[in-house]
Amino acid sequence: MEPFKLIHPNDQHTAIASSGGANVKFIAGGTNLVDLMKLDIEKPAQLVDINSLKLQTIETLSNGNVRIGALVKNSDLAYHPVIMKNYPVLSEALLSGASPQIRNMATVGGNLLQRTRCPYFYDTSFPCNKRVPGSGCSAINGYNRMNAILGTSSQCIATHPSDMCVAMAALGAIVHVEGLRGKREIPFHEFHLLPGQTPQYETTLKHGELITAVEIPAIPYAAKSHYLKVRDRHSYEFALASAAVILNVVNGRIQTARVALGGVGTRPWRAVLAEKVLTGALANEQTYRTAAEAALSEAKPHKDNAFKIELAKRTLVRALKTVGGMS
Amino acid sequence: MNDILGKPIDRVDGKLKVSGGATYSAEYFPKNMVYGVLVLSTISKGRIRNIDTNQAERVKGVVGIMTYKNSMSLHFPQGTDPGSGKYAEKDLLPLQNDRIYYDGQVIAAVMAETFEKAEYAAKLVKVDYETESPIFDLKTNISKSYKPSSGGSQLQLKRGDADAALQSADVKMEQTYTTPVYHHNAMEPHASVAEWNGDQLMVYDATQAVSGVKSLLVSMLGLLPEKVKVVSLFIGGGFGSKGFTWPNPIVTVMAAKMVKRPVKLVLSRQQMFTTAGRRSETIQKIALASNSSGKLTAIKHDTISESSFVDEFVETAGLATSMLYSCPNVEISHSLVRLNKVTPCPTRAPGEAPGTYAIEAAMDELAYQLKMDPIQLRLVNYAEMDEQRQKKFSSKNLKECYQRGADAIGWSQRSPEPKSMREGNYLVGYGMATATYLANRVASAAKATLYADGHAEILSATQDIGTGTYTIMTQIAAEALGLPVDRVTVKLGDSDYPRAANSGGSQVTASVGPPIRAAALGVIAKLISLAVSDTASPLHGHKEEDIIADNGRIYVKNHTDRGESYTELLNRKGLQKLEAQAKTNVSTRDPQGANPAPTGGVDAAAEEESKTNPAVQEDQNVDRKLYSFHSFGAQFVKVLVDPDLGTVKVDKAVAVMDVGKILNLKTAKSQIMGGMIFGIGMALLEGTAYDPNNGRVVTRDLAQYLVPVNADMPQFDIQFIDKPDPYISPIGAKGIGEIGITGMTAAVVNAIYHATGKRVRDLPVTLDKLI
Ligand SMILES: Cc1cc2nc3c(=O)[nH]c(=O)nc-3n(C[C@H](O)[C@H](O)[C@H](O)COP(=O)(O)OP(=O)(O)OC[C@H]3O[C@@H](n4cnc5c(N)ncnc54)[C@H](O)[C@@H]3O)c2cc1C
Ligand code: SF4
Repeated sequence: MEPFKLIHPNDQHTAIASSGGANVKFIAGGTNLVDLMKLDIEKPAQLVDINSLKLQTIETLSNGNVRIGALVKNSDLAYHPVIMKNYPVLSEALLSGASPQIRNMATVGGNLLQRTRCPYFYDTSFPCNKRVPGSGCSAINGYNRMNAILGTSSQCIATHPSDMCVAMAALGAIVHVEGLRGKREIPFHEFHLLPGQTPQYETTLKHGELITAVEIPAIPYAAKSHYLKVRDRHSYEFALASAAVILNVVNGRIQTARVALGGVGTRPWRAVLAEKVLTGALANEQTYRTAAEAALSEAKPHKDNAFKIELAKRTLVRALKTVGGMS
Repeated sequence: MNDILGKPIDRVDGKLKVSGGATYSAEYFPKNMVYGVLVLSTISKGRIRNIDTNQAERVKGVVGIMTYKNSMSLHFPQGTDPGSGKYAEKDLLPLQNDRIYYDGQVIAAVMAETFEKAEYAAKLVKVDYETESPIFDLKTNISKSYKPSSGGSQLQLKRGDADAALQSADVKMEQTYTTPVYHHNAMEPHASVAEWNGDQLMVYDATQAVSGVKSLLVSMLGLLPEKVKVVSLFIGGGFGSKGFTWPNPIVTVMAAKMVKRPVKLVLSRQQMFTTAGRRSETIQKIALASNSSGKLTAIKHDTISESSFVDEFVETAGLATSMLYSCPNVEISHSLVRLNKVTPCPTRAPGEAPGTYAIEAAMDELAYQLKMDPIQLRLVNYAEMDEQRQKKFSSKNLKECYQRGADAIGWSQRSPEPKSMREGNYLVGYGMATATYLANRVASAAKATLYADGHAEILSATQDIGTGTYTIMTQIAAEALGLPVDRVTVKLGDSDYPRAANSGGSQVTASVGPPIRAAALGVIAKLISLAVSDTASPLHGHKEEDIIADNGRIYVKNHTDRGESYTELLNRKGLQKLEAQAKTNVSTRDPQGANPAPTGGVDAAAEEESKTNPAVQEDQNVDRKLYSFHSFGAQFVKVLVDPDLGTVKVDKAVAVMDVGKILNLKTAKSQIMGGMIFGIGMALLEGTAYDPNNGRVVTRDLAQYLVPVNADMPQFDIQFIDKPDPYISPIGAKGIGEIGITGMTAAVVNAIYHATGKRVRDLPVTLDKLI
């Protein structure tokens, strides 16, 4: 670990004002950042501890949307009555991630920015474009069982590891941020970037900008939703494939569909192609399978992860069945 | 006696452990101590062209950097005991030259005032390599395989003519089974603290063999044995990785000498994946032949595993196959391919863990081919004796294990057809396999002291690696001493104590129990002889053999009131304590085996005193050459498989084990359960991934190398036959540390076949192989 300075501002204004420097980072739960610092992957010269900021509340706004403070712990969010009742997909996604101890520390803001679990990213003795731009990608021709099949590029095939973000993508959340130049709202699908030629850039958050909250739109039918995560062991493991599904089925016909995939994409993967198939179609196995085929139609496998294509399809079909039933 | 043997008492060190009072090797802080951090090679083959430590040296707080250029020179270990803390890299002494043989080889150590500074500076050491192309893949280098020179005649075995029998057989089954590299992943990392006081050396080291580490230090650094002390009071698991000695304690001692201050050096989790051993990958070809009623006519088991360029280690996967079933024609072979990777070493049930997986999966395949119940196939081929060695088994109650196991899992409800059973959305499968492991015993010694205040102390230089050795040795001593357990303190893990078995090969209970018992009985004998010759004693003039010791008193058999307490007697005689030592020289290990028994070097005093100790004589007079010593068991598993997603849940797991006398039901169950969890890991999850382009380890932490977690656990039903083995020792207990893993992997894989009709022969059975 490189030596660093740590400051503890008490208010948002000071926190943002102290984050301008080139090598400054916020620290929330620290469950990702500290690991990366220990392994010399992140080397901030200064950390701004944001845990004293007043960003810990979950409130229902007058328009019915739910606003979640950036420092709300993953476990508090997962067990919040409004979330459990109105957005089970989000609660389930959160509870399928990490372990209770980590969820008790991990925050919403930190979860949005957690970095990939690509094993080569974690070992500084291997080339990795995300860690050292231009050094090469060890995974493309290396061991890539856990890597992505959607949204990959010739420079990087790292999977976005978050479960929470998959549910947020399906819900179409809005990320609230604030920087020295003021406040912004970023629609979820514009928050995470594809790797393209610059895998080191992962989000549209500007340097020094603080995530203050995530807002989830009021979606009455989201009370019928589900997150299914498939992985090698039954707990404490990242997804090989996962699906977040929110369906509005009326008289056996799907009125609206919100679908996202995890474990397979370089970013939380909103499955727009699947949603197109589902919208207006009958809620039955045939529809689900066609939607799954569409969702994975652009998938690109590598040596060790071709199985993810079929696995992701089956995962999505199972989740669709669970929510939409069979008519 | 007080009937303490077998009782499921709580661990005597349990409170210390859960309250943080148990001091592990990394938890010593000698005055003035500095922290050492290793720098490891990041290439698999070549040499160091230049190693630049300038930048690292400038970090404030760095007190020394050791590389091959400035390190003290070492001797190759001589005459040390291969069964006890063997140096893991026979041909490679740490930090002696510029050659690199594997990824993760120690190339420097950085010492600094704080761990953080040492760590930071270690990253600043710049290494310029001259890289050569390594060979690192077993499967594509089979042509380079050779028959190992170590391990002797046990590795290539033959009886009858297996090839001929295969040719003419009614039924044949030939398949190849492969297992990946496994890492031990003990919770406690390898850790050493070394402190020099003049020429006196004190080392705290996380090791399964304190005496072994001591003799290596003596030999490699040219020290006097009486000047070196190695201590390992508590160990957070070893599973074999701490059974051999890796460079880390040697380097720690060298570093402490160099910087003239005590040094602590702890491997990081990542370093444990490259620098402290592993289990070799195996490729096992099995051929079985039988007649149409399932009687085996031929077994062939050919294993190819890995070795390194700095030592030789054989994963003896075929050994158990030589005695597991009755069969006239058997051929076993082991070959090795040298790779540029760290040398493999023993891993819980070395040989048997991958070996029983292969042979027991093959037996299952044969059973299905014959349309025969897998248990029935095993009964038809039941081995009444070790046919390879032509010896009787010291004890074997395996038929009872099969029966009780089948009852416990509900085998009779199983419909034999694969993919014929369902529960809700899940496919249901039942599988079983035979478990077996050597019942090892080696020479060991112990000392017992009874104090005038009525408490006793036992000393023996074996160790408790987390298995419960402290507890069961306390029970053995308490029983022999006629004292309650809370009056007996067992001290282990100190090379100053009488030398005893290393904690490997499931041998500690069988090896160290008897000399502890004999030393304890020796003390009681001295006590009784004092009493009968003391006119002031109520026992004066009684025959020694009529007197028994129980609950802190000696008295005349059947006359509880005619006697006195130990304390009364000792106080009256003005004795502060009574001592006895015992050494048993028994070995059940095959001297030709890959891991021969320790010889020589144990305290001469214990040896001498043992000549008059009837307990030792009685033990040593048994002719063990007549017997083959093994433990057995049967394991049964019920799995649920999601047919769409390929996920496997082990729902229920049964083990019925024939491991001799059970000394503590609670710790015994934990050992078997731990082994079974290892088996679930092998079957479903574990395997180290290597980079296909340069052969370096890719999965270097516990988030990438998956071991089972609580959510993967089945409902366990663990039972014991609990009949003493009459020949292993007067106590009758065999080891249980390793057998739990054997059989389990095959049972899971066999159950998956039964559930799905899919036979996966390449471990682990991850979901991608089932969808
Ligand atoms: C062993 C393990 C297993 C895990 N398994 C899973 C899993 O299965 N599924 C899953 O989804 N996740 C998993 N995680 C990841 C976990 O969810 C993340 O580590 C966690 O959500 C990060 O939150 P944090 O508050 O600790 O972030 P930190 O570590 O504190 O920060 C992470 C990043 O976010 C930045 N940051 C934090 N808050 C803000 C803010 N308000 N504004 C701007 N920047 C900010 C930091 O600067 C840093 O770059 C696992 C983690 C571990 C260690
Ligand atoms: S996939 Fe991305 S993170 Fe992984 S090695 Fe390649 S560039 Fe690095």
